[in-house]
Amino acid sequence: MSIFQMTRTVIRNLTGGPATRQYPAVPARTSALTRGHVAFDPSTCRSCGLCSRRCPCVAIRLDKEAKVWEIDRMRCIACGDCVEGCPFGSLTMEQTYLPPVVEQRAAERYTITYVKPEKPAKKPAEEGAGA
Amino acid sequence: MPERIVVPFGPQHPVLPEPIHLDLVLEDEKVVDVIPSIGYIHRGLEQLVQKREFTEYVYVAERICGICSFMHALCYCQGVEHIMGIEVPDRAKYLRTIWSECSRLHSHLLWLGLFADGMGFENLFMRSWQLRESVLDVLEDTTGGRVIQGTCKVGGVRRDIEKGKLDEMHRALDPFEEKCREIGDVFLNDDTVKYRLQGLSVLSKDEAYALGAVGPTARASGVPMDHRETGYAAYGDLGFKPVVETAGDCYARCAVRVKEVYASIDLIRRAIEQIPEGPLDVKVKGTPDGEYFSRVEQPRGEVIHYLRGDGTKHLARARIRTPTLANIPPLVKMLPGAQLADVPVVVLSIDPCISCTER
Ligand code: SF4
Ligand code: SF4
Repeated sequence: MSIFQMTRTVIRNLTGGPATRQYPAVPARTSALTRGHVAFDPSTCRSCGLCSRRCPCVAIRLDKEAKVWEIDRMRCIACGDCVEGCPFGSLTMEQTYLPPVVEQRAAERYTITYVKPEKPAKKPAEEGAGA
Repeated sequence: MPERIVVPFGPQHPVLPEPIHLDLVLEDEKVVDVIPSIGYIHRGLEQLVQKREFTEYVYVAERICGICSFMHALCYCQGVEHIMGIEVPDRAKYLRTIWSECSRLHSHLLWLGLFADGMGFENLFMRSWQLRESVLDVLEDTTGGRVIQGTCKVGGVRRDIEKGKLDEMHRALDPFEEKCREIGDVFLNDDTVKYRLQGLSVLSKDEAYALGAVGPTARASGVPMDHRETGYAAYGDLGFKPVVETAGDCYARCAVRVKEVYASIDLIRRAIEQIPEGPLDVKVKGTPDGEYFSRVEQPRGEVIHYLRGDGTKHLARARIRTPTLANIPPLVKMLPGAQLADVPVVVLSIDPCISCTER
């Protein structure tokens, strides 16, 4: 009879510990590559707008005049395309997951604090393409 | 003559998280006819191809399905690459193969668990999902995402797996295979499983062929059809042979998937042994102009991406036919004759993925 095929596994299951963990009390397993959430550094962003143009979900909004950079966590799918596209390293992918967003259209807003260094006696360099 | 009644099954049903609706026409407890209907979660992803650049659409294509995500991206990328005449480097092809097979592994283990759950074998369900977890861990370590990998791009792959990690994966394969064989043996040899599945909802070879079944559903009926045989990505170098069963019942469909788990482990092992050094991607210049039917073998069967570009950076049209859509007519053929209590198991036996069917 082969209805006892499972017995060995069952016994090992009973004696072994649980295979799951008590998230969020115990942090989730992550690796160095895990795409958790996008982090933004307002002090280095030069408002080039590449990130907002690359984002497949239109999650990033950039207002050059008001120096505002916004990310809508509800839209962001953590694909990492903006991180790869940012030429100034202002965006990084963090490993931790953020708590769930419960409000729609509640974008996370940052004020860009990057100041362009003074260039003596030359006309200022062109900014990158518009947002 | 017993009275006929119609029992609605789904779109919300405790055993099947997939939103498919079946009107079951019953005579007593026996199913005599089935009317399927889908359309509960249409997301309009095909239309989105006209709004996203063709390189960005990979992320959208990947999210068509939460299980075969990598293969959707692969199918889309292969289509665009074919239109644009891009030759992908060998290492990228091997990496694509490794990730594809990892996806197949976790998809089949997921299905085996769900199937055990459908039969009422809860312990087996938990064991299968525990094994699946280790595959997901490897995917997370190598790509950064558990189910949405995001590593395939037009022209190659975005990440490498370095030598140390490949060796570690290779070493882990043997113990992993042993564990898979342990639960595989239960599926293949356990008497309770056999009583439940053998002879249930037989689909003959001719019917499977005529109704256009794909994937394990077709192979369980003896149709030796597997798109991997055409040798896309690196499958041509790995000596791939499809797993075929002939009985055509639920047990055969289960057996095909169990054996494909072993076959996938074998393919990953050979791919890791043979992977060449080299670049990961080629630079993509220009825009796609032309059309192509791109096909890839997913865990559930063959997926087709029809892509048409008109020389702009947005594709003009994408048409995606997922394997579940092809497997619904065979399902309608299979169900009559089954008992009402067996309906969930029979529906599960085609491995329905309705969310990706509706895109
Ligand atoms: S991670 Fe992807 S979805 Fe999120 S903001 Fe960046 S590009 Fe957009
Ligand atoms: S790509 Fe980088 S520098 Fe440019 S706007 Fe985005 S965050 Fe700022």
